[in-house]
Amino acid sequence: MNQIRYAMVIDTVRCVGCNACVLACKAENRVPPGGFRNWIVTETRGTFPHLSQQIRSERCNHCTDAPCVSNCPTGASHTRKGGLVAVDPAKCTGCKACIAACPYGARYVHPEGHVDKCTFCHHRLERGQDPACGEVCPTGAITFGDLGDPDSPVSQLLRRRKHHVVKPELGLDPHVYYLT
Amino acid sequence: MTEIDLQRHSHLIDPNLHIWGWEIPVYLFLGGVAAGVMVWTSLLFRRIPVAERSRALRWLPFATPVALSLGMLALLLDLANPLHVPRFYATIQLTSPMSWGSWILLGIYPVTLLVGVAALTGPETKAVTTWAPLRWTRLGRLVTWGRRYAQAHDHGLLTVQLGLGVALGVYTGVLLGALGARAAWSSAILPPLFLVSGLSTGAALMMLMRLGHDEHAALRRWDMVAIGVELALLLLYLLGLSTSGATSRGAAELFLGGRFTGAFWALVVLAGLLVPFALETVEGVRRLRPTVIAPVLLLVGGLSLRWLLVLAGQA
Repeated sequence: MNQIRYAMVIDTVRCVGCNACVLACKAENRVPPGGFRNWIVTETRGTFPHLSQQIRSERCNHCTDAPCVSNCPTGASHTRKGGLVAVDPAKCTGCKACIAACPYGARYVHPEGHVDKCTFCHHRLERGQDPACGEVCPTGAITFGDLGDPDSPVSQLLRRRKHHVVKPELGLDPHVYYLT
Repeated sequence: MTEIDLQRHSHLIDPNLHIWGWEIPVYLFLGGVAAGVMVWTSLLFRRIPVAERSRALRWLPFATPVALSLGMLALLLDLANPLHVPRFYATIQLTSPMSWGSWILLGIYPVTLLVGVAALTGPETKAVTTWAPLRWTRLGRLVTWGRRYAQAHDHGLLTVQLGLGVALGVYTGVLLGALGARAAWSSAILPPLFLVSGLSTGAALMMLMRLGHDEHAALRRWDMVAIGVELALLLLYLLGLSTSGATSRGAAELFLGGRFTGAFWALVVLAGLLVPFALETVEGVRRLRPTVIAPVLLLVGGLSLRWLLVLAGQA
């Protein structure tokens, strides 16, 4: 049996940037004001009238080679089962080295004195549920699953559709994929 | 043309990263000064016999724990959760420069204190052991024992202090240099640059004290070498950024026409390195009485360098 490797596949053709995923995350994870675990990016390319636009729901990429984990001095930032990158608030000093190390701006300082970020809603995964952002997406743009299972919806989507990751040139092996 | 519209406004992250304020450059600066004092006192102690050392030189090893403590206080103020500081010492994270640094800092205290008490004269030791706080806490006897131990292991302790000083100076640069996501910091030049800058600012602090003529002259010569190497490393740093990808070229542009250009060339290069170098040259050639101008400028330049680099990495 293959090792579990969680991943999120986001269909940029379906995404309309409605922010439902952002609000669902805020509510589900009690994300405080001034903090974001996920956000919407609109990238416009070209010159008028020849323009193309991609809307992306972005979040922590749960990189395999995560610089936030390697730079954490206390082990608070760590990689959990399934490749989830997580923060243990009990170990976090709030030194912000992980924020400086993250090229995606995925982390912020929680008012309770620790760094916080997307967890792929691991508390929901433990109950057999999908992350909150995926569950509320009105266009069905967000698919979550296990890349270790070749028959999972995420594996099938990545086999069938053209896709990319954000900042692939960094070589961090991110696990949030964008279908085009 | 590519236009990115980001619907996120995380505190301290957007629109520009601004997680590290004055605390980090002050910490890096004081760490560099401490590293310089450790290296130079180790070398001077080996060169100058006990009886011939000036009073200022005998007491200078204690400047290291003082500078480090002030630096660590600044670092503590920067932490979002200072109560979790013991977590730094509950683990060793091999891939984290900050973890290495935490342990290096811890090792420096006993070594520099032992080097310090070993160098004191008999009456000075008595003054320390009878100093009220030590008398009340009955730590005076520990000082006497430490002095005896340190004098028996003088050579080894100076070697360890020298090694720890170099490690501390390098660490202050590695701390930023390991953060590959920030173009202005992601440079292998930063560790040696911060080391030589620390050596120069450490020498500057020492030259502000009433050192003996030979001690001052030796420091001035060593400092001039450090300034020369620092200038070369600064040029290599900018060259490295300018010849890399677009993001790195953008970081170089901050110092070559961008928002930090004036401050960098005026405070760091001209006032902080070239003018002190010229003053030290004239002092040496003309055998003039040293003034405080060159050391003060070196200290201002060293602090400015770290301040601007910490800002540039977040620009």
